[in-house]
Amino acid sequence: MSLPLRYPRSPMAWATAAMLASLVVLALAGPLLWGAAADRPDPAAVLQGPSAAHPFGTDNLGRDVLDRVLTATRPSLLLALAAVLLGATGGILLGASTAVVGRRARRLLTGLINLLLAFPALLVAMFLAVVFGAGADGAMLALAVAGVPGFARLAQTLAAAVAGTDHLASARVLGLRRHRLLWRHVLPNIAEPLLLSTTTAAGTALVALAGLSFLGLGVQPPGYDWGQLLNQGLDRIYAEPLPALAPGLAVLYAAVAFQLLGEVLAGGVARRSPAPRTPAAPIATSGPATEGLVLQVEDLTVELPTPAGVIRPVRGVSLSLRPGEIVGLVGESGSGKSLTALAIADLLPDRARISRRTLRLLGADLAAMTPKERERHLATGLAMIFQNPASALNPSLRIATQLTETVRTHRGTSRAQALTDASDALRRVALPPAVLRARPHQLSGGQRQRVMIAAGLMVRPSLIIADEPTTALDVTVQRQITRLLSEIRRDTCAAVLFISHDVALVGEFCDRVAVMYAGTIVETLPADRLSTGTRHPYTRALVASVPNLTADRDRPLPTVEGALPEPLAPTPGCPFESRCPRRRDHCTEQAPPLEGLDAVHRVACWNPVAAEVVAS
Amino acid sequence: MSLPHLLRNPWTAFLARRTARLLLSLGVVLTASFAMIRLVPGDPVRAALGVDAAPALVAARRHQLGLDAPFLSQYRGYLSGLAHGDLGTSLVTGTPVAELVRTRLPATLEIAGLAFLVTLAVALPCGLLAAVRTRDGRHPRSELAFTVLTAGLAGVPDFVLAAGLTAFLAVGLQLFPVAGSAGAESFVLPVLALCLAPTAVLVRIVRVEALKVLSEDYLRTARSKRLSPARRYLLHAAPNMATAALTVAGSLLPALIAGTVLVEKVFAWPGIGSALAQSVVTQDYPVVQAMVLILGTTVLLAGLLVDVLLALLDPRSAIRES
Amino acid sequence: MTALQLTDLTVRHHGPRGPVAAVDGVSLEIPPGTTLGLVGESGSGKSSLARAIVGLTPVHGGRVLLDGREVRARTVGDRRRLGRLVQIVLQDPDTALDPRMTVHQTLGEAATVFHRLDRRARAERVTALLELVGLNHRFADRLPRHLSGGQRQRVAVARALAVEPGLLIADEITSALDVSVQAAVLNTIRDLQRRLGLSMLFIGHNLPAVCYVSDAVAVMRHGRIVETAPTEALLRDPRHPYTRTLLASVPSLRTSLPDEGPS
Ligand SMILES: Nc1ncnc2c1ncn2[C@@H]1O[C@H](COP(=O)(O)OP(=O)(O)OP(=O)(O)O)[C@@H](O)[C@H]1O
Ligand code: SF4
Ligand SMILES: [Mg+2]
Repeated sequence: MSLPLRYPRSPMAWATAAMLASLVVLALAGPLLWGAAADRPDPAAVLQGPSAAHPFGTDNLGRDVLDRVLTATRPSLLLALAAVLLGATGGILLGASTAVVGRRARRLLTGLINLLLAFPALLVAMFLAVVFGAGADGAMLALAVAGVPGFARLAQTLAAAVAGTDHLASARVLGLRRHRLLWRHVLPNIAEPLLLSTTTAAGTALVALAGLSFLGLGVQPPGYDWGQLLNQGLDRIYAEPLPALAPGLAVLYAAVAFQLLGEVLAGGVARRSPAPRTPAAPIATSGPATEGLVLQVEDLTVELPTPAGVIRPVRGVSLSLRPGEIVGLVGESGSGKSLTALAIADLLPDRARISRRTLRLLGADLAAMTPKERERHLATGLAMIFQNPASALNPSLRIATQLTETVRTHRGTSRAQALTDASDALRRVALPPAVLRARPHQLSGGQRQRVMIAAGLMVRPSLIIADEPTTALDVTVQRQITRLLSEIRRDTCAAVLFISHDVALVGEFCDRVAVMYAGTIVETLPADRLSTGTRHPYTRALVASVPNLTADRDRPLPTVEGALPEPLAPTPGCPFESRCPRRRDHCTEQAPPLEGLDAVHRVACWNPVAAEVVAS
Repeated sequence: MSLPHLLRNPWTAFLARRTARLLLSLGVVLTASFAMIRLVPGDPVRAALGVDAAPALVAARRHQLGLDAPFLSQYRGYLSGLAHGDLGTSLVTGTPVAELVRTRLPATLEIAGLAFLVTLAVALPCGLLAAVRTRDGRHPRSELAFTVLTAGLAGVPDFVLAAGLTAFLAVGLQLFPVAGSAGAESFVLPVLALCLAPTAVLVRIVRVEALKVLSEDYLRTARSKRLSPARRYLLHAAPNMATAALTVAGSLLPALIAGTVLVEKVFAWPGIGSALAQSVVTQDYPVVQAMVLILGTTVLLAGLLVDVLLALLDPRSAIRES
Repeated sequence: MTALQLTDLTVRHHGPRGPVAAVDGVSLEIPPGTTLGLVGESGSGKSSLARAIVGLTPVHGGRVLLDGREVRARTVGDRRRLGRLVQIVLQDPDTALDPRMTVHQTLGEAATVFHRLDRRARAERVTALLELVGLNHRFADRLPRHLSGGQRQRVAVARALAVEPGLLIADEITSALDVSVQAAVLNTIRDLQRRLGLSMLFIGHNLPAVCYVSDAVAVMRHGRIVETAPTEALLRDPRHPYTRTLLASVPSLRTSLPDEGPS
């Protein structure tokens, strides 16, 4: 198990280790060192307060309280550990087996666990301790049994997650037997969280055991543990708080030690270096504005700190959109499309650092504005539509609220006016005004995406950035949404930046396409050149690997061998170099710039595919 | 409406399911409390009355408890007694246990209920605040402090805390009464002792839930609308974490009620818990039996209440369950 | 090679408002050695159908016949008999493989379900299986997290093939993959059809990808099959209006006019 070693240098981990070590040492050595003294009565020193000889005073027989507390470490810890181990074993086996037994047995077991869980463990333990008879063994057993349902529920929940995975389904279909499924596939995959909760449960058991002894149900005199010592001393609390409280402090110390152990194991108190938050260099004002552009981005770079180091998922991206233009940004997963969009909209996570030469929305330089102006400018000039309409709408707010809040906040529109506008916006996306009163879960996926688009339309934006707006939808609905976006573009003259990984969709629906690979734009071209006029080797391979309905089924599909470059160790050369069939020596040394082949076609490649070759 | 039709309605189906579970659990409690006095090792009557009690007295008490009848008729007798509000008679004092319950149950419900409310009132806002402050890896030092502090507090045993509070605030500084229930200030210490650890547990969970909600797509949408932070956190985030947070809070309630046993003992609080603790020591089994029954039932009813409230708050949770 | 015949198959799930028929009286036939593609939108019941055939979901009506014999999946014994005939590969590359087992362990376990193999034989079998799905034997020592999505799906295919089933069900195995990776997996599937003569049920929502590997295609909607036809016929002459909508919705690249060469 590699868990405990993951954060060895955190001071909290050291403190916790020291606390636990002290407990172990006390449990081992306590009875040997202080056991005799703890049992020696001294009629001359009965019920004394703290003194040099007795730092925590003496009890009613004149025995030293400190010695007794130290000696009691062993029984207190041992009983708690035994109870937890027994309870955890029983509970985990019971809970984990729900993942591999048949349907009926599973329902029965689940019902049983639910039933038992309705009762608090402490109450069950008290009840059982009474039934088993007051005494250390009875209390320990009682606690073990009382702990079973809690562990069973946890193991059941974790195992259910494993049971839902594809690999467990496959293992079942393979015909593996139940015990093998349990031991080989379920238990190893839930061991870590279970270990974690076992440590916390050890602390809880220690406290509960002390509680039982405190009630007189646990360890019986002349034996003693912390709870019993506390019980004996409680009456004195009015006269001498310290001797009365000493055993309580011991319980507290041990309980906190176990809690912290759980925390350390979970990595919760790992030393986190404060994120490298070098104050972002004051961004210089943007380069000169080009007339008639809705969006002008030049040399956009995004840096993100990750645990392994700083990565640059977006590297020198330039984009521009004219009014009424639909530009597709296409690329495979992880190529940096979403981050580019978020960077433009100023929605990157705090940790991200962004640099660019120019970033102008509607000609206005975003860097030259005060934060307040910028927010307002972005809120009213730009609308974002995200990939998953199911999660992009707030499930607990009515559609009316979600549609009207932007204009109410930024334009100060009255409520009534905003509602009228919202009905209009809904009509625009072919939804009835009744939708205003609905909540998102009452709508279908396609309807939700229409609502997202309507929400964007409310501010009458000049630019709509749609990040994979149709990926989560069925093809027929996808078709409706792209049609809707085209119509909106036609009617409002808004520019649309359409992000997608679907080359065919982008090629069919956009005017212009920018192809992204490993954080850079490798080619920009008119959409109608995608099928045969591409010049960059990557674009070409990407297009070729899409099966279409007329594909020759006897020829294998062309594929792109190899993998994306390692984000942590970017090479100076062309990012596609490791996978490129047209690579030359020069490609490894210098990254190719994005250069114009003609007025509308630009490509970043030292050795582009010749146009004639493509056509054959 | 026909029965199958009714059962198809998610609400009635939920209530039917929940009631069935409650009845089943109540059955378990009843049987367990009945069986308890028959399961304890040795002769419970002799244990309570002492070894040198007169055999005639012992026999009389045995008869009174019905311990000399056949098993099944004992069970029937127990149930019919309960149905008439007869919870048995204390072996030690000879008074009816029902009387004891009537005088003591309110005191327990008061501190348990109050402690639960305090837990909610503190944990929900604090958890949200902590999440907002430490989201997205911000303020790692605050996060560390939060984690260590709440882990420590969650580990504080309620009865030890109760003893400590008595020693320092009641005996030492004399700010609050030491024991018993008299006036508003006597509530402070027991409630504090009861709710500290649950609050620490809950505040951690609320933070985790809030962090989950804060990373949801719809909060990114809210950010893209450039709404004010107050609106984002209070209107867009808070309602979405309420169900999860309250579900966990509800699951803490039974443990909180059970905790009253130990805390009441420390403060000599005149409730069910201290009566249970007392009767365990004197081995007054009819009282133990009745108190277990009452506490168990209280826990079950509280669980039902929480579930129904949650279902009212978020109808989808009721439907999702099962 | 195994023939599959479904008659009137019905599968119900518990919905919030009572049972819903996810698969509603479906009849299908896969002749031995051929591949049937099954397309439909999300929620149309494709996965329920697949899971019912291999016994992961209970069947509420109708019959599943493999090579003319009725099969059930009640006991572990039943399931083992069934598993020799049919195997399934599922959608999610992230959970397709046990994260704690190396490729070698995963494939070795599958290969020894029905036969005992000694160490050498097992290693040879693992290498052969990897080769079958176009992966180098050096992948054997890797853990799933060190494989790409496409590689994981190919290992999952290899695991299913380890017991030499006659019928392979592929349930949206390329849906979570990038196109260039999808192409490699589709090539692998085509290659397997040719080399092993497997019967196959290939499920997907991406019509071009399904058509690329299928001899015949069935279109599913709301738990029912609305049309089944040989692939060419379906593409050329779709009968059902829904099939036509589906075909019309598939995006395809416009061919550019200016520099189009002779093709
Ligand atoms: N918050 C983040 N922290 C660390 N790395 C990130 C973060 N967000 C994205 N990345 C990394 O940045 C790279 C680009 O991510 P991005 O989301 O922009 O890709 P994408 O092109 O949108 O992919 P997809 O098609 O999967 O949506 C990826 O390697 C991703 O792992
Ligand atoms: S620059 Fe070189 S390596 Fe890069 S795509 Fe062009 S030919 Fe290939
Ligand atoms: Mg993305």
